[in-house]
Amino acid sequence: MANYATNEFKNGLKVMVDNDPCSMIDVDMVKPGKGQAFTRVKLRNLISGRVVERTYKSGESLPGADVMDSDMQYLYNDGEFWYFMHPETFEQVAADAAAVGDQHKWLKEQDMCEVTTWNERPIAVTTPNFVELRITETDPGLKGDTAQGGIKPATLETGAVVRVPLFIETDEMIKVDTRSGEYVGRVKS
Amino acid sequence: MTEQVTDWQPTATLAALRQRAELLARLRRYFADQGVLEVETPLLSSAGIPDPHIPSFTTTPGPDGVASRYLNTSPEFAMKRLLAAGAGPIFQVCKAFRCGEQGKYHNPEFTLLEWYRPGFDHLRLMDEVDVLVRQLAEGHRPLGCSEKLSYRACFQRYLDIDPFKADVSMLKSCARTQGLGEVAGLSVAGKDTWLDLLMSHCIQPYLGKDGPLFVYDYPASQAALARIRPAEPPVAERFELFIDGIELANGFHELQDAHEQRERFEADLVRRQVEKLEPVALDERLLKALTAGLPACAGVALGLDRLQLVLTDCSHIRDTLAFSYERS
Repeated sequence: MANYATNEFKNGLKVMVDNDPCSMIDVDMVKPGKGQAFTRVKLRNLISGRVVERTYKSGESLPGADVMDSDMQYLYNDGEFWYFMHPETFEQVAADAAAVGDQHKWLKEQDMCEVTTWNERPIAVTTPNFVELRITETDPGLKGDTAQGGIKPATLETGAVVRVPLFIETDEMIKVDTRSGEYVGRVKS
Repeated sequence: MTEQVTDWQPTATLAALRQRAELLARLRRYFADQGVLEVETPLLSSAGIPDPHIPSFTTTPGPDGVASRYLNTSPEFAMKRLLAAGAGPIFQVCKAFRCGEQGKYHNPEFTLLEWYRPGFDHLRLMDEVDVLVRQLAEGHRPLGCSEKLSYRACFQRYLDIDPFKADVSMLKSCARTQGLGEVAGLSVAGKDTWLDLLMSHCIQPYLGKDGPLFVYDYPASQAALARIRPAEPPVAERFELFIDGIELANGFHELQDAHEQRERFEADLVRRQVEKLEPVALDERLLKALTAGLPACAGVALGLDRLQLVLTDCSHIRDTLAFSYERS
């Protein structure tokens, strides 16, 4: 990978810091009118998610991190790893629980999602903002109650539990916002 | 297909553009009242500035053997030639250019107000800067009492360390105590780099919170173009102005000695070589003008974009510019 000098630092640049891949989230120049310039950077560690702040003398450089985001198809989970496939090359990668995090509850076989790899090893999985999933279990709906407030828990095919309106029934498809984990609407079949 | 351009609009609001026009009108009125002459000097220069911390833009050579030129990083050299020619008190509002300086408070192309006062020293010029800034602030923002603090007192107040007596290892441990322990690229840094680090990261953010704050009498090693007053230790008769932790102006009791000026330039050229920077053509015309005789004077450069930023409700320098660098 190439090295990036302080004047190439920008938000989103992926670099190696303390042996971990990091993404720059804030870059600012600290430069007296006369005197040494510094670059202050806030970096998100892509493995731990922690944010650190660093100062670099201008002209210093950091090695780039071989980090790639690719759209992949989720295949299956064998109890230990989640397997994803590149739709064009059919190349497969296995992501561990640390990389998948809490995204596993939105992962449905055959669905597409974004897999972040570092040196070809998956380090993060991001599901689409909205997913459509089938309800496998919920209390029976109340006939005619389509307008009133009232919510109840529903278990989805992926195991996630979301709060849905009372009129939603088992086997229905619903749309969920994966960022908030909230019910968005019914999917008309 | 033409590329989709979506950022054609100004980065400043129209209200900010009107504020700028009004600031310019007010400062011109001030200098007219004071009998200070407005001048213009070239933006394209055949000579550059050797200071390794001030990176110039250069033009590409033109057709038919037209040589490349430097875009000026400040109008200082040309204005000093006017002073040596007997111009008397002068001021200028112009663009200055510094390659790669970009951030919340930096735009590579920015507007400077620079003026020179024959017969003033840096302390007297500080008073005038204060008067002018207060006039410009009227109707925009109330400013608290001004304060003047020597560079040494600054370090003593905020870091409890004497910048003139401390050695590199003391400055290093001070940086560590301040939570700046790991700064890449400082393993072989000299004392001034550590002072710059502490000043810009640990002191400057607190300067000028209650009102304009002037820092004066810098270490002799940071004299730039200021004269050095023999004392124990010797100090550079230089000052800076801060408001809200933002550096707004830098002024000097100007060095008049052509011989010493050449020595400083040559020392800068050596530092450029050590840091593997391009050599710079020295401004022989400036040196000649100093030899002919620069009147005793003080001069200051004030960043107008930043001044507008602190006086109005802007948070980024681009909010004060019709079009920031990304949209230029």
